[in-house]
Amino acid sequence: MISRRRSLAGLSALAAGSMAWRPGMAAVGAAPTAAERAAHALNRLAYGPRPSDALAISQMGAGPWLDQFLAQQLEPRLIPQPPALAQRLASLQVLQMDQSALLGRYRDALKAAREAKREQAQGMAVDADAQNAVRNQVRPLVAEAATARLVRAVHSPAQLEEVLVEFWFNHFNVFAGKGPVSVLVADYESRAIRPHVLGRFRDMLGATARHPAMLHYLDNERSVVNGYEPPRAARRLIAGQPELKARVPTGLNENYARELMELHTLGVDGGYTQRDVTELARILTGWGIDQRQALQGGHGDLFRFDAAKHDAGNKVWLGHSVGSAGQAEGERALDVLAAHPATARHLAYKLAQAFVADVPPPSLVSRLADRFTSSAGDLKAVTRSLIESDEFWSAEAMGAKFKSPYQYLISSLRAVDAPIAQPQALLQALAQAGQPLYGAATPDGYKNTAAAWRNPEALTQRVQWATTLSSRYPLGAQALLNTLGASVSAATRATLAGEPAPQQMALLLASPDFMKR
Amino acid sequence: MLRRQILQMGACTLAGLPVGLLRAQQTRPRKLVVVMLRGAVDGLSVVAPHGERAYAASRPAIALAPPGAADGLLKLDNLFGLHPSLGMLKRHWDGGSLAFVHASGSPDNTRSHFDAQDYLESGTPGRKSTPDGWMNRLLTALPGQPSPTRAISQGSAPPRIFAGPASVASLGLGPKAMDRRAIDNPALQAGLARLYANDPTLNATLADTTAGRSEMARSMAEADREPRAMDPTADAGAQSARSFAADARRLGQLIRKDVHTQLAFTSVGGWDTHVNQGNAQGQLANKLASLGAGLDALADGLGDALRDTVIVVLSEFGRTVRQNGNGGTDHGRGNVMWLLGGPVAGGQVLGEWPGLDTAALADGRDLAVRTDFRQVLAPVLQGHLGLSDAGLALVLPEAPTAWAQAGRLLRG
Repeated sequence: MISRRRSLAGLSALAAGSMAWRPGMAAVGAAPTAAERAAHALNRLAYGPRPSDALAISQMGAGPWLDQFLAQQLEPRLIPQPPALAQRLASLQVLQMDQSALLGRYRDALKAAREAKREQAQGMAVDADAQNAVRNQVRPLVAEAATARLVRAVHSPAQLEEVLVEFWFNHFNVFAGKGPVSVLVADYESRAIRPHVLGRFRDMLGATARHPAMLHYLDNERSVVNGYEPPRAARRLIAGQPELKARVPTGLNENYARELMELHTLGVDGGYTQRDVTELARILTGWGIDQRQALQGGHGDLFRFDAAKHDAGNKVWLGHSVGSAGQAEGERALDVLAAHPATARHLAYKLAQAFVADVPPPSLVSRLADRFTSSAGDLKAVTRSLIESDEFWSAEAMGAKFKSPYQYLISSLRAVDAPIAQPQALLQALAQAGQPLYGAATPDGYKNTAAAWRNPEALTQRVQWATTLSSRYPLGAQALLNTLGASVSAATRATLAGEPAPQQMALLLASPDFMKR
Repeated sequence: MLRRQILQMGACTLAGLPVGLLRAQQTRPRKLVVVMLRGAVDGLSVVAPHGERAYAASRPAIALAPPGAADGLLKLDNLFGLHPSLGMLKRHWDGGSLAFVHASGSPDNTRSHFDAQDYLESGTPGRKSTPDGWMNRLLTALPGQPSPTRAISQGSAPPRIFAGPASVASLGLGPKAMDRRAIDNPALQAGLARLYANDPTLNATLADTTAGRSEMARSMAEADREPRAMDPTADAGAQSARSFAADARRLGQLIRKDVHTQLAFTSVGGWDTHVNQGNAQGQLANKLASLGAGLDALADGLGDALRDTVIVVLSEFGRTVRQNGNGGTDHGRGNVMWLLGGPVAGGQVLGEWPGLDTAALADGRDLAVRTDFRQVLAPVLQGHLGLSDAGLALVLPEAPTAWAQAGRLLRG
């Protein structure tokens, strides 16, 4: 399937290209076996093997299993969802509510808590439910969002989709700790990210730009034309309430415009200036949330372009003259950004880094960037290029990535086939490890390199987790070795065999082979 | 004079000379703690130039009232005042151990949080390819002997500033950070060592983990035997249990008890105040109050060791002089560096002040950077930690070396 000549040419280019390109678990030059390739696919395009995967590989043979797996993963809609998973997801309220109901829940909880605080200050008896409204009404929705993410990551057979959802959510990160983003993360993930991970990048870019979670997280809903005055009715309402008046936006906020170019599209070296940041912020004024619809309820998206908040003046942005055109200015700006060569390079680098190596092979980065451009940002085409590349399947790539805390946790749950009854302990473990789910406060999300995660504290926590898991699911090392298959080297197997039986399973979960993927 | 001696000693040590001198130094080990405020704190609110007319005019909703007014700034001098939420630090200013360097920062004019933090941590602004962090290079260049706990990084993930070959111990967050864990079991450690034997990087991490943890456990066991004053921010009680103050105090205690510890790093996030940052009350005021309490707790935890410690607080860049359309501030340039500790010649705001006139602003909007952050670090590294010129060149390569005010930063 893969030409040996091309593969060797790729390798020598890589060896010359980067010091981070170190041999993984397989010997340099030796072509990986079908079993190793199957294990590699499960470690990179999925969250590691489960016992059922090992069984399927042994029944079908590694080669045919891998062909089938790869063919399926790029078409996640055609993979049937197991009934137990579908049932679990259907039981999660947060996935059934629409944006105005979610925001309504947040608003009511906040109001009740504020009332309770005020009444308490006045010495009145306070209803405990009201006092704890945020804890009781809002946090369960965030916990449900996290449950949905975790059960899918562990149990969904459409594993590549889950890996890509994690990647693209992180790329367009929003933080559940910032106000109403808490109740919106699930909707953001399922409507702005998930539908597009194998679709068009421009569609995902637009969906994130218009989603209330992003509009709030990076403040664009508050960015308005300089000197903006609210409509007369609102002015009357505000007149008597100075604390409301202070919250009325009066001008630009650069936050989203900057991160849109720096993180979401062009990349920090994409060739824009501070002037371009300010001009893009002007272009995007008026992109906000329909507060009236949010109050009234009803279905549909809450995005609204408000012409009164928009800066209708002429702009010069990235060398383009932008005349007054309302919302269309921003849509055109997103078109320009999505089609920009710097965006193609930036996204190609990030994908190659996440899927192949911390310092990715330059040959692969440029090929993926070319594919991005030639396919007009078709992420299925780009992903296909990635997983058909020689670099992805090279011996050097195998086991070369150090797992993030999230990847370590999910892969361990899959390896021991653990059910997820209550996610609280898992969420705490992620928070303790520095990777709380939906809890990346800054818009760059989490890093996926070894340098960002490997240190004594991480090792301490992983060994703790390995020990806990092996006492809770005492399958024994042999059963676990069968599941992990070719992910575990011969050397590790030999060392393990000499260890005292009671600690073999914990050692295996804490082995270099399982820390990496 | 002391400074010259130390400089000479540094040079000797680099040349591999007198061990006796090293021992003498170790009886009073010099220490440096770096606290990084990730997200770009608004330095113009931390040390506010109330004496500048443009200050209040540029910030109608968020300027702090002048000293003497209700909720006003705490007066530092005729030009500057300290944010009223930082009252807990005023005693350090009054006691002469807290100084600031204003209009300082990175010479690179990026307004990207992530690039700017990277430059601050690599110590090489404008150069992204630098593989290691300046505190790791410092660990290598520092006169004296290596030890598993010579450097401590607080937090769950490794910071860029400590990236590099030299071993760094890590201290987790929260009240359970020092609890005994599975990895402290010798039988499991031995098994892991055999398992990691063929993986040099993980093997090194394992060695750092086991050596660092046993050393820290020993030091803390001694700290626990000492009687301590009642501590309002200690770990008891759910609310403060995970607070910065409790973590900072624990770090301070560990540094005090471990004679080998010389370098430590911790960071606090959440300073990116684009919306409603507030003035004497509000979002930023709350964050600063908790930071001030944390730095005070760190100083308290350090106890006697504070007289041999310099604490440097810095952030990747400052924020716009003018408030934005939402009562917040956007990304700017110049900021203020804080220096706290016995060796610091406190009670002064250093740094050449460019002023807030439009003509003086960077890009017509931001406080200009007049002092490179490395110009401030250099006298600390040399005068305080005894780094030689060659050592300094290794830690902060191609940095501007001269700074007119270098001699005023530390006590003589």
